[in-house]
Amino acid sequence: MRITRVLGGALLALGLAAGPATADSSPSASPSGDGAAPTSAGTSFRTAVEVEQGQTATASASTGDYLYWSFPADSGQRPTVKATVKLPQAHLAQTWQIDVYDGLRRRQACQYGAQTRTAAQDAAAVELACVLRTVRAWSEPWANDPLPGTYYVRLTAVGLKAADLGQPVSAELRVDSKDIGGAAAVDGSLAKPLVPGIAVKSAAEDEDASATAVLSSIEPDDGWASGWWSDRWVWTAIGAILAALAGIGGYTLTRGSRRPRHVPPPPGA
Amino acid sequence: MIRTQRLAAGVCALLAALTAGLAFPAGAVADETTALAPKVDLVLDVSGSMRTKDIDGGTRMAAAKQAFNEVLDATPETVLLGIRTLGANYPGDDQKTGCKDTAQLYPVGQVDRTEAKAAVATLSPTGWTPIGPALLKAADDLDGGTGSKRIVLISDGEDTCAPLDPCEVAREIAAKGIGLTIDTLGLVPNTKMRQQLSCIAEATGGTYTSVEHTDELTDKVNQLVDRAADPVVTPVATEGKDSCQAAPTLKSGLYTDREEFGQERWYRVDVEPGQELRASVSVASDRAMNPDYGVLLRAVTVHGREIVRGEAAGNGRTDVVSTGLRYPKAESDDEDPPAETVCLQVTNSFSAGAGVKTTPGMPVELTVDVVDAPSQASDVASFGLGRGWWLLGLLVLVGFLAGLIWGWLSRWRVAVWRTN
Repeated sequence: MRITRVLGGALLALGLAAGPATADSSPSASPSGDGAAPTSAGTSFRTAVEVEQGQTATASASTGDYLYWSFPADSGQRPTVKATVKLPQAHLAQTWQIDVYDGLRRRQACQYGAQTRTAAQDAAAVELACVLRTVRAWSEPWANDPLPGTYYVRLTAVGLKAADLGQPVSAELRVDSKDIGGAAAVDGSLAKPLVPGIAVKSAAEDEDASATAVLSSIEPDDGWASGWWSDRWVWTAIGAILAALAGIGGYTLTRGSRRPRHVPPPPGA
Repeated sequence: MIRTQRLAAGVCALLAALTAGLAFPAGAVADETTALAPKVDLVLDVSGSMRTKDIDGGTRMAAAKQAFNEVLDATPETVLLGIRTLGANYPGDDQKTGCKDTAQLYPVGQVDRTEAKAAVATLSPTGWTPIGPALLKAADDLDGGTGSKRIVLISDGEDTCAPLDPCEVAREIAAKGIGLTIDTLGLVPNTKMRQQLSCIAEATGGTYTSVEHTDELTDKVNQLVDRAADPVVTPVATEGKDSCQAAPTLKSGLYTDREEFGQERWYRVDVEPGQELRASVSVASDRAMNPDYGVLLRAVTVHGREIVRGEAAGNGRTDVVSTGLRYPKAESDDEDPPAETVCLQVTNSFSAGAGVKTTPGMPVELTVDVVDAPSQASDVASFGLGRGWWLLGLLVLVGFLAGLIWGWLSRWRVAVWRTN
């Protein structure tokens, strides 16, 4: 009995220790080194340049340009978009802004980060950041929640004097994301990620796999998550094991050392 | 065949070079594969002011020529390139004649580098700056084909051919719906010219760059030509109506349209049960607008009930305002359920000050995707599973209590059994 109790205690401790460890061990979006980072930016949603998460995209442009990139974000990720604009040597004060749009071109709110920033006169650079909300696997059609799919980033100067128009600038963009894991695992999933033109693309694939232009051909390195797995399975399973062990523990407690003290030993024992 | 055509083109180019940029017989190289090829027309200002020596110690013309030579060397084979000049031929003082002075120096087609360079070498700064007429002609040069089209305008002075406003011209060209972008490059610009050139660029979704060095010019033109070479989806022109009954029915795809201030546009999409409609709309701000604006996209049943809407509003400088919606239609139990017609209504709340032209309307870009419907969520959490320390605590507590009760029960049962 003692062995069982010790074993139970050990298991309990193990379970408690393993619980959060397993929960947090899901890999976070690591930088993917493969493929050269893009060195240009698009000028509209249609021509947005695709960037992988973890890549640093660069672009040379002119003040007043609207620069567009797109990146994939999957459920459970909380993307952070960071942009740096190197400004020309002499310029007036100008305000820069990044806006993030989802695959339906709906503007997505930034939780925090300097989304808009004013560079003082002759400042060398301006840094912008936007931390999005966690991407959910499913949401109601009436909600504006971020969903898995393509995300667009628009970088532009919103406050600009005419004298500063057309000056050469160079921009850098990087998207990383934090894996929120099971805490954000919701029920339901989209049949197709929110990638614009996906209906046209899949129809074209059925007929002919020729390389025609698509609105967005974006996909994460390891494909879109199926939405089936989350660490909630681990938590629930560990909970069940612990409950069973606690049940055994409770049961043994009532039995004492096999023979209750106030019950007299059976005759002849 | 092509070889003889090339030869013909060569002879033509030589002639053109000798006669210093006379109008060129078009259609030198025509090929079936060129229908999809991207087209770029470089429009170069050869007005008298290009003589000014203020770019890296040389004249503006010399800088432009050097840049053109380098660009011609770097042009991707897939791109059909042409060159048009403005103000190259008429040195006189008559504005009427001077403002018609635009000529095709090299026709839009596959580039023969030697010929094109020879043609560029003949240019010398001469006349007026008729930007508007040159843009109109350049748009004609690019006519035909379904690939992307781009005009790169290089100028050093503002348009000298009032009252034809080149910015209005650009907007009209964009409104033709041929998917043409105008990028502008200003050599050593002043404020007024900056405004004019950036107005032209913004009217067509292009970019404006001011250039003060030769290498900047080369890099930028190269970048723009390369940008033209990137394959991009060409939208289909459609025309929304002012009511759902008359509206055109759209399938999955990318569409463009025009919408005036305060106008409504309706479209119809058929959605079968078990499918999801995804629609997004962008309304571009292609002229001087008041700084507060918005766009509303509604999905409405044929009976006028609103299903879902997407709305966006903004403030300040912008190129587009966009929003979107999705509407998953539930599966039906019927044998062969009919598709539902969903009406999409696009409205905008842009406004402009007096004196701003309201026609043609602002460019509208509409994407429609009809895909499989998502799985319905039956619980907030994934598969209704639990997570966290509270869950573990509760399970342990309940398990422990269950064990205790079970133990007491069995003890009580043993005791009862023994007493009997």
